Amino acid sequence: MTVPMPLMIAVTLAALLGLATALTWVERRLLGVWQDRYGPNRVGPGGMLQAVADGIKILFKQDWIPPFADRAVFVLAPAIGMMTVLLSFAVIPVTAWWSIASALNVGLLFVLAAMGMGVYSVVLAGWASNSKYALLGGLRAAAQMISYEVFMGLSLLGVVMQARSFSLRDIVLAQSGLWFVIPQALGCAVFMLAGIAETHRLPFDLPEGENELGAGFHTEYSGMKFGMFFLAEYAGIMLVSALVTTLYLGGWQGPLLPGGLWFALKVAALVVLFVLLRAALPRLRYDQLMALGWKILLPLSLLNIVATGAVLLLRAPGG
Amino acid sequence: MFDTLRTLWLTFLHIGRRRVTVGYPENKPPLPPRYRGRIILSRDPDGQERCVACGLCAVACPVDCISLQKAEQDGRWYPDHFRINFSRCIFCGFCEEACPTYAIQLTPDFEMSEYVRPNLVYEKDDLLISGPGKYPGYNFYRVSGVAVPGKDKGLAERESRPVDLHSLMP
Repeated sequence: MTVPMPLMIAVTLAALLGLATALTWVERRLLGVWQDRYGPNRVGPGGMLQAVADGIKILFKQDWIPPFADRAVFVLAPAIGMMTVLLSFAVIPVTAWWSIASALNVGLLFVLAAMGMGVYSVVLAGWASNSKYALLGGLRAAAQMISYEVFMGLSLLGVVMQARSFSLRDIVLAQSGLWFVIPQALGCAVFMLAGIAETHRLPFDLPEGENELGAGFHTEYSGMKFGMFFLAEYAGIMLVSALVTTLYLGGWQGPLLPGGLWFALKVAALVVLFVLLRAALPRLRYDQLMALGWKILLPLSLLNIVATGAVLLLRAPGG
Repeated sequence: MFDTLRTLWLTFLHIGRRRVTVGYPENKPPLPPRYRGRIILSRDPDGQERCVACGLCAVACPVDCISLQKAEQDGRWYPDHFRINFSRCIFCGFCEEACPTYAIQLTPDFEMSEYVRPNLVYEKDDLLISGPGKYPGYNFYRVSGVAVPGKDKGLAERESRPVDLHSLMP
């Protein structure tokens, strides 16, 4: 089946933005379930229109740019954040036939590159705000994201070695026998942790230490520009969930149900896991975060590469 | 590591717990009679004002939100005006403790929000209720030694007649 490309892009974009908006409601309801309370339940049936109400509110709020801010960069920063996340979705294969560029032979590198650009968003936001809190928040975010990006890439190498391809479609197809989450369990765990840190979700949401930094890098932001950071975070959750699904959980593959549904189910389960992490775990201290990254996760991901390579070498014909 | 996973699991188990939220406008929370909410001025069983405008409540008030002025009629004291600024009131209940006549009382009513701040200044008309509040039988002038119309000195409950200082009798 072939879908015209402009239609595919438009539908993907609309679905992403819609889902990211809906996710704000889903997350609050789920947090309510796990914290023995209701969450938003007033607007519409079950509070389902809460996201719409929040959207209307944020659109009509005063969108204020501080006079001391670097205007151009200040406006650009949230757009970069949003763009990098949306760009990464281009190479995610939703099903065998529904994806914008999943056959791209450097697909995984493209995702890593696009996610790496996300650092610009927080750093520029922190710098352009021209405020101590925002700057420190931006610095923290940059240090955290760059640190975790290092072994995020390394943890994926095991998958690439096993699938013998950087193309996400090939990686999914290589999992038709066994999902990579079994042979690459270590890599999957490291990638999940790195992904959480990359989207700065709890327990790694250090860029936004409200006790010591105000709101962190988006302290000076208001209105829809703040909303874009917010939506980018939720789209980021979906991106990491979609990546884990694609790379470790067999993508669209699964018995009985159609591929798209399998993909959606897997992504939804991972998103729920993200929310559970937020409901259960406290924020780490900053030095703990860095120590965990450099002293535990980086060696683990290197070990994963060595072990995977060794196993592949032993199994290789004539090895 | 194990702690973290255990925390995740225990939090996950909360999925089956009952929600503790009180859906407020539909379900009212049960409040004890001594809940410290909206302040009222009560009347004695005869239907007359209990407040004798002694000003102790205004003195006890830590945020100075009570203002009153004494007036007098037929030997009875009563407040000429009595004003409570509820936008300052912290509902500590010190005024109720300080009151010698049980006149000022805090009720379990807390639903007193207003759109306009000046509306939170309650005058005597807003404060004075028609009943005795939490102390149904108490009548200050019935037990005090003050002479009022219908009750001379020494006629109060458990009060002996005043001593006649000019008499030489034992």
